[in-house]
Amino acid sequence: MSFLALRAFTDHSLMNKQRVFNTVFKTLAGGLLSIASVGGALAQSGKPAQELNIYSARHYQTDELLYSGFTKATGIKINRIEASDNALIERLKSEGAKSPADVILLVDAARLWRAEKDGMFQPFQSASIDARIPQNLRATAEGGNTWVGYSTRARVIVYNKARVKPEDVDTYEKLADPVNKGKVCTRSGSHPYMLSLVGAMIDRSGEVATEAWAKGMVTNQARAPRGGDTDQIKAVAAGECGVALTNSYYFVRMMRSTKPEDQALMAKVGFLWPNQATSGTHINIAGGGIAKNAPHPEAAKKFLEYLATDDAQVYFADGNNEWPAVASVQIENPGLKQLGSFKVEDVPVAAMGRNQIAAQKILDRARFK
Amino acid sequence: MSRVVVLIAVLLSLPLLGLFIPFFTEGTGEAAQELSRQGTLQHLWQHVLGEYVTSTLLLLIGVGFGVFVLGVGNAWLVANYQFPGKKLFEWALILPLAIPTYVMAYLFVDILQFSGPIQTALRNVLGLGQLWFFPDPRSLGGAMWAFSFCLFPYVYLIARTSFLDRSARLSEAAETLGYSGFQAFYRLVLPMSRPAIFAGMALALMEVMADYGAVAYFGVETFATGIFRAWLSFSDRLAAVQLSLGLLVFVLLIFYIEQTNRARMRYVSSGVVQRVAPPRLLRGKKAFWAFAACGSTLACAFLLPVAALLKLLWEQGLSLDARYLDWLQNSFGLSAITALISVACALILAYGARLTKSVTMHWVNRLLGLGYALPGAVLAVGILSVLGLFQMAWIMSATVSVLIYAYLIRFLSSSLQSVEAGLSRITPSMDGSAALLGATPWQTMRAIHFPLLKRSVLTAGLFVFVDVMKELPATLLLRPFNFDTLAVATYQLAADERLSELALPSLTIVLAGLIPVILLSRAMSKANRY
Repeated sequence: MSFLALRAFTDHSLMNKQRVFNTVFKTLAGGLLSIASVGGALAQSGKPAQELNIYSARHYQTDELLYSGFTKATGIKINRIEASDNALIERLKSEGAKSPADVILLVDAARLWRAEKDGMFQPFQSASIDARIPQNLRATAEGGNTWVGYSTRARVIVYNKARVKPEDVDTYEKLADPVNKGKVCTRSGSHPYMLSLVGAMIDRSGEVATEAWAKGMVTNQARAPRGGDTDQIKAVAAGECGVALTNSYYFVRMMRSTKPEDQALMAKVGFLWPNQATSGTHINIAGGGIAKNAPHPEAAKKFLEYLATDDAQVYFADGNNEWPAVASVQIENPGLKQLGSFKVEDVPVAAMGRNQIAAQKILDRARFK
Repeated sequence: MSRVVVLIAVLLSLPLLGLFIPFFTEGTGEAAQELSRQGTLQHLWQHVLGEYVTSTLLLLIGVGFGVFVLGVGNAWLVANYQFPGKKLFEWALILPLAIPTYVMAYLFVDILQFSGPIQTALRNVLGLGQLWFFPDPRSLGGAMWAFSFCLFPYVYLIARTSFLDRSARLSEAAETLGYSGFQAFYRLVLPMSRPAIFAGMALALMEVMADYGAVAYFGVETFATGIFRAWLSFSDRLAAVQLSLGLLVFVLLIFYIEQTNRARMRYVSSGVVQRVAPPRLLRGKKAFWAFAACGSTLACAFLLPVAALLKLLWEQGLSLDARYLDWLQNSFGLSAITALISVACALILAYGARLTKSVTMHWVNRLLGLGYALPGAVLAVGILSVLGLFQMAWIMSATVSVLIYAYLIRFLSSSLQSVEAGLSRITPSMDGSAALLGATPWQTMRAIHFPLLKRSVLTAGLFVFVDVMKELPATLLLRPFNFDTLAVATYQLAADERLSELALPSLTIVLAGLIPVILLSRAMSKANRY
């Protein structure tokens, strides 16, 4: 190259000067490019991006915002599998020690309890979670928290304003009274929401009283248990049932719907918080913990702490019209605001899990489908 | 060749064998002792199992009757007669296959229930508070209707192929002997098509037995309910597996009974020249009734549900989720790959049975086909058990191979039944002649069987494709990270009770299923008829 340059400098024609310039330019450019590419390669072969594997029983669209919020804040990529709670637990059991799961998110206290019993979680310490999430919404063991609840939902009573007086149906127990014969509708008793309710009832009143209640409910059924919670609300509005049980978020969802048919429907439906004068309204939680054999336990803990932050709580809870576990978080949910505050049932979440099998047996004996 | 057959048979039977693993691994720990004290099976037997069995049997009888009438009736009309609209009905009657049973269940109930549009309108018009005469869709009867309309294409398709293949000489001989059209059908064609009709009905009924979600939506409690009760409410995996094995024994029994009953009959038509009788032209009232029959079937099974979905979509507004393309890609890819592999396996297994003429091979095929009667979730548990035993379960999160494997086993029956029904119509004397002329089995297959089997093979591929598109429980359980299908998306919306939002993914499943249906039915009508 230097020979060419020398030759170029000794040659005075314009074309030669241009040629020299071209050659020099090309060489410099080539050199820079190679340096750049080598440098780039070196940069890429540096620290790999971190990953977090989440097994979640929740599947709401707002969860996408939750996950992307975490990735933006920490740079950790999230891989997720969403399936029903039982599907996830089965899969985790089979995957065993080599399971790639880091965080397990489940819905329903009984399932969380069962997963803990089956040894799916590892305990972890976190000052921020201990400070923000109330004690009764967490499970602890030696070494810290095993799982943490992040949002709550209540099981409420809805009734047909024309057919039923609110004072006849203002507790769960009154639904089994003879005055409500032929008016009660529920979803299938074997659904986890119902089983948890009955499990909590067993904890409060004992098995004998609960079985009597279940038999009373069966006598009072307007029709055999069918459909989901939204179907119960619609049935109450249509007059097929006098009174039904539903989860709060289905009710709030219908309340917030802008469709005229839904609004006409909701005008006929009355709402009340059960057991306000007695034991309080039954609540349930959604939450999760770090998986036993998590390959990325540090990232998992970061994620769980992230879920307790204000922004995440808003996505987690508000995305499904639930209440956030962190008391100080204010969510702008007109539906929930309209319902107001209520007295909460004082039953430990573990009791719902412990009593699930007894609850199913009671319902089977009472022929509560 | 036989080594390949054995290898395939072993691989495909692993999950069914895997169901036995909990018997050995549940162990003697504290959890296991607690379970045995629980007495799940005794409790279920004492209180609910009897009712479950009765409901299941009633549902099977009702749906069996329904798919028989709809499938055989329509197939007969379309195969033998010419009437207005026949060209459309020929392929359109397959379309209901594309609608998943759970979507059909939601729509059926949603439209016809007490608070639904039809009853509300009737109540307003008649001024009644309660429509005492209107049947409740959420009942055993409702389930029978919905399932019959959803599943009759299995019988329709296989029966139609069988009817089309009948020889002209047969019907001409029947005419000269004084049989009317109906008599010829009832006494000749129907008995001769028995393996085909049974194959189609078996598919439909096994799918009913395996179904859990749609059946639960109707408020009907079947045997599958018992299995899931044990598994979910009582967390007793062992009891769930025991009940599943009981279900499989029942299915095997049915196959055995049918097998012994038909052992004495031959289902191939003898005679070398197989000229197909041209369809007879119907005129006037008869043409109208034929049109009405096929038309009302199509309307109830396909047009009305799709219209309901479109209406839901219209009310919901078109908000395209950014992930739709991913879901569509995943669903399509899985379905196509599984269909190809499944048909290949079915051909190998069916030929294995035919060439070796061994009874064992025949029963192995029956056993392998049992996956269809198992609830998808139970089958998935079998696979999980096997994988867990070899500590290989982590593969699931990384690739789709386990998922495809699960689909293969679950849907082998669809392809096997169809291919075997087709093979059973090829006379052994053809094989004999070919052998005499010096052809190897492979050459016989290629030059003689494959052209004859083309329609059955295409049917088999179609069944598997559509089944995989709709499949839900195993997909939920076994899929890798960040991998959702249309069916999964639909389920999650339905589980959330966001019924209006599931219109778009449901319609996509239906549309995506339409394409292979239309392509394959055109290919089928072009295929050589013998």
